[in-house]
Amino acid sequence: MSVLIDKFDVFAGGFWLTLQICILAAIGALILGAVVAVLRISPVPPLRALGTAYVTVFRNMPLTVVMFFAAFGLPALGSNADFLRIPGLDAVFSRLGTDLPYFRFALIALSLYTAAFVCEALRSGVNAVPAGQAEAARSLGLTFGQNLRYVVLPQSWKASIVPLGSVIIAMIKNSALVGFFGVIGDLSQTADQLTSAGGYAFIPVAIGISVGYLIMTVPLGALLDRIEKRQAVAR
Amino acid sequence: MNDVATGEPLIVLDGVNKWFGPLHVLDDVSLSVGRGEVVVVIGPSGSGKSTLCRTINRLEPINSGTITFDGTPLPAEGRALAKLRSEVGMVFQSFNLFAHKTILENVTLGPVKVRKEKPAAVRERGLALLDRVGIANQADKYPAQLSGGQQQRAAIARALAMQPKAMLFDEPTSALDPEMVGEVLDVMTSLARDGMTMVVVTHEMGFARHAANRVVFMADGQLVEEAPPTEFFANPQSERAKDFLSKILTH
Repeated sequence: MSVLIDKFDVFAGGFWLTLQICILAAIGALILGAVVAVLRISPVPPLRALGTAYVTVFRNMPLTVVMFFAAFGLPALGSNADFLRIPGLDAVFSRLGTDLPYFRFALIALSLYTAAFVCEALRSGVNAVPAGQAEAARSLGLTFGQNLRYVVLPQSWKASIVPLGSVIIAMIKNSALVGFFGVIGDLSQTADQLTSAGGYAFIPVAIGISVGYLIMTVPLGALLDRIEKRQAVAR
Repeated sequence: MNDVATGEPLIVLDGVNKWFGPLHVLDDVSLSVGRGEVVVVIGPSGSGKSTLCRTINRLEPINSGTITFDGTPLPAEGRALAKLRSEVGMVFQSFNLFAHKTILENVTLGPVKVRKEKPAAVRERGLALLDRVGIANQADKYPAQLSGGQQQRAAIARALAMQPKAMLFDEPTSALDPEMVGEVLDVMTSLARDGMTMVVVTHEMGFARHAANRVVFMADGQLVEEAPPTEFFANPQSERAKDFLSKILTH
């Protein structure tokens, strides 16, 4: 078990990189998922179809395949995903700005995939708001956007927050795949480094990385339980 | 009973048809409502009267026929439709007050966001309207804290805050406890006296008798009979109307 102490810095580095991926992918997925959710409930049929198509593709395809497309498809199209080299943001999240594009590719894949689930979580919240609320808003002359902004969304987020949290927890665990697609040094890839290259026994290393993931997911889960309990009391 | 202004009718339905799947809910319905007129729509449940009411501001789209409001056909979608809806007040059976907003916020939301009016002016008008419907002291409470009758009166104030050209009432007292029906009908009666154009779907025959200019009787999606209330209740022409009245008036 000495690996946990001797190589603490390696674990810590892996933890930090995984945390970076998760923070950025969560932001990306929440924004994109919100856009897709608005498309899916829009009164305009072609926009609805677009939103539904998005969810159908990304919810039903394995994340591994999405990762393949990002890591091999984007370079084939001549893209290094340089639009993600966002000035300022790359000062904190240094991998955003590196010449090696795999961190950015993984981020794109994880965001695209997770956005489909974010969309559905948001939509389930919207569906929990009684139809009469939106109907009354429409009868006053509020437009679709105003209806969402002033009437539906302020009431729907409570019903969305717990499923959204589950989606983010799943995303944190899914991020373990990025090591297989060129990202070096995230938490799960650390295991590979330490065992095959460093010669350490597998089980202590696996325990180390497990603890890393649990540090991220358990508090989030506990927070969700608290929110859920508070909502049950308020109801 | 108020005098009905003559001239161009405000609401005109012409040959309106609507199906819910195989169910023909509105069967070639034609109806015109004059400015300042109070039309009460009655009929057995499932006769299409609520649907009729909801087509006038296009909460229910129709399959064929035309509906004109104030001289213009109803727009299909988008901003033009939103503008039309802002000119037609609607009161629902289940109140549908915005649950996360106070009573006063419910009343001021439309004028501020749709009409872009100044919040201070709208607030004043909103308070005056709440006073008019008798719940000024509830302005800062949330809908769930009010009784059904108070909620429905707040909903009427919310619709009036838009200064609509007409008001639609879709069974406004059907979800109320009996002792609260009167307070809502009182507000509606005073509105009718003030010359508001109203289409009222209701089972309250007393209201139809004393506040309506005209009673419209519907059955099976068809507009069977229309007449002034005294005439209709004393001497219904159709078998369906006779049958309906005999069932409700004997108790």
